[in-house]
Amino acid sequence: MAEKGIHIEGLSKRYGEGDTAVLALKNVNMHVAPGEVVGLIGPSGSGKSTLLKSLGAVIDPTAGRMTLGDEVIYDEGWKVPDLRALRRDKIGFVFQAPYLIPFLDVTDNVALLPMLAGVPNAEARQRALDLLTALDVQHRAKAMPSQLSGGEQQRVAIARGLVNRPPVILADEPTAPLDSERAMAVIRILNDMAKKYETAIIVVTHDEKIIPTFKRIYHIRDGVTHEEAGEGRGFQ
Amino acid sequence: MISLAGRDILHSWGKFVFTGFGLGLLIGVTLVMAGVYRGMVDDGKALLDNSGADLWVVQKDTLGPYAESSSLNDDLYRTILAMPGVARTANVTYLTMQVKKGEQDVRSMVVGIVPGEAWGAPGWPPYLVAGRQITRGHYEAVADIATGFKLGDYIRIRRNQYTVVGLTRRMVSSSGDPMVFIPLKDAQEAQFLKDNDAIWQSRRRTEANPAFNRPGVPGLLDAVIASQATNSYVNAVLVRLRAGAAPDEVAESIRRWKRLTVYTRSQMEGILIGKLIATSAKQIGMFLAILAIVSAAIVAFIIYTLTMDKIREIAVLKLIGTRNRTIAAMIMQQALALGVIGFAVGKITATFAAPLFPKYVLLMPQDSIAGFFAVLVICALASVIAIRMALKVDPAEAIGG
Ligand SMILES: Nc1ncnc2c1ncn2[C@@H]1O[C@H](COP(=O)(O)OP(=O)(O)OP(=O)(O)O)[C@@H](O)[C@H]1O
Ligand SMILES: [Mg+2]
Repeated sequence: MAEKGIHIEGLSKRYGEGDTAVLALKNVNMHVAPGEVVGLIGPSGSGKSTLLKSLGAVIDPTAGRMTLGDEVIYDEGWKVPDLRALRRDKIGFVFQAPYLIPFLDVTDNVALLPMLAGVPNAEARQRALDLLTALDVQHRAKAMPSQLSGGEQQRVAIARGLVNRPPVILADEPTAPLDSERAMAVIRILNDMAKKYETAIIVVTHDEKIIPTFKRIYHIRDGVTHEEAGEGRGFQ
Repeated sequence: MISLAGRDILHSWGKFVFTGFGLGLLIGVTLVMAGVYRGMVDDGKALLDNSGADLWVVQKDTLGPYAESSSLNDDLYRTILAMPGVARTANVTYLTMQVKKGEQDVRSMVVGIVPGEAWGAPGWPPYLVAGRQITRGHYEAVADIATGFKLGDYIRIRRNQYTVVGLTRRMVSSSGDPMVFIPLKDAQEAQFLKDNDAIWQSRRRTEANPAFNRPGVPGLLDAVIASQATNSYVNAVLVRLRAGAAPDEVAESIRRWKRLTVYTRSQMEGILIGKLIATSAKQIGMFLAILAIVSAAIVAFIIYTLTMDKIREIAVLKLIGTRNRTIAAMIMQQALALGVIGFAVGKITATFAAPLFPKYVLLMPQDSIAGFFAVLVICALASVIAIRMALKVDPAEAIGG
């Protein structure tokens, strides 16, 4: 089986030109194995969001190399023709706020992604329901997003991030709006999903409660990453 | 794939229905405006059709009798009748005035016709919905039902009182006023007769004129006064041709031999539609243009606001890989849906409102079809601003800082 996971080597990103240029990423090196959940922490302005946006193919890095599985997606320039399809098929996003589509019910919020990729509606909805069941929100499958609690919304958002079985999930402060119990539940789900689908997951967080759960943590400061071992306590 | 536009409309249907309703009223007004123009053209054609004439003979160098005033001697009809190709001729007068019934009065076109002719004489109402045609030489009237008069009503035209003996319909002037037919002699009086004081003064003036009041020529003064008091004028002579006669040729020979102006049916239509209602048509055209712009502005504004409210969702949709095409289609479909709702409301409003208008409003199916496509085009164009904005939304915004 081809190697999965994320490899980032020497990634840099400069915003703007000349005097006003900001070097947000200087030298980022990361490796996330399939099935692994790593934490990404760092002070404000250190480049966390910039890193997720680069890996998520919504901004253009300046230099470096990124590999998803055995596919080089960026090497001093994008190597895939359709970044939109790359995002749709290879990368799941989970945000701090759930950002569900307000006019679609829970099932269709999740099923929309496979539908966009051309999966027939019935099959897409079945996939969505399976995931919602795994995340224990299947009883709200027909509800509209505005009728859900914050924690339920976040779980639906996670289901949406996972539904296309992307090899990579990028989560930006996914537990920020949640109490500690719910936050732990979300991290547990991400760990379970990582194992089940061999997904490589990067979780950006400031959340003291969940930092101890990571086995490995990347610190980022002034655009440079440092790897360190986490406590990796797991879950009680 | 599911319809994003449809789901959004179902989700915020209140906004769509409200806006669609407002837009619909505008579209309704637009359709009625077009109907008013069609009604004017149709009134003009009905006027010509119902006159039963093939040629209109009028005073030389005038655009009479509908567009300009025209007067002819009332004995000309006999010589015209003798021209080759002419089957029938009829004197006719037209005068738009207030016709009184009791306290109220109705703006009408009073038409003077020669009574007692056979059915279908030129100038006569071609059909009656009630009662009978005018048979007596004086004080009988046939009125269009749009006047609101009933059989047996007494109506006043200037100094005389008339009994309504018959009712007709769709007999209107080119400006939509209903017609009232009365005997020609009465109509001539109504149009040309002076009041008593004026007659008396003119008689005094004539008496004071030594050229007419000559003791040596008895009877001259009386003859002059009698000739001044008669009203031997009509506005036009309507001509019906023999079967097979060419209108243009007969018209040309009347022009040549009688030195009168003659119009054929198609020339008359040109005068009515090209001259008489041309200004109104331009006026309506301006209104239509303004209404189109206002509708476009409303749709553009609403679609823009609806899209602004969805910036975040659009960023998320883009981030998870939705194509620009899909997003543009979503916005355009919403604009078109708004147009369809608006058109439906507008069409219904126009259909129910049209009969309430005082003038004839003719809603033609082809205008509705053209209107429908115009609405769709306007809505599609109006959505362009919102689409451009949506396409500029950066998917990175969904990730945030
Ligand atoms: N679009 C941009 N144009 C110019 N500079 C930018 C832009 N986006 C981010 N930066 C700069 O790049 C640096 C890294 O920003 P980034 O958003 O990645 O930080 P962050 O680690 O996510 O911070 P926070 O924890 O506050 O979200 C900051 O100095 C920021 O000012
Ligand atoms: Mg950030």
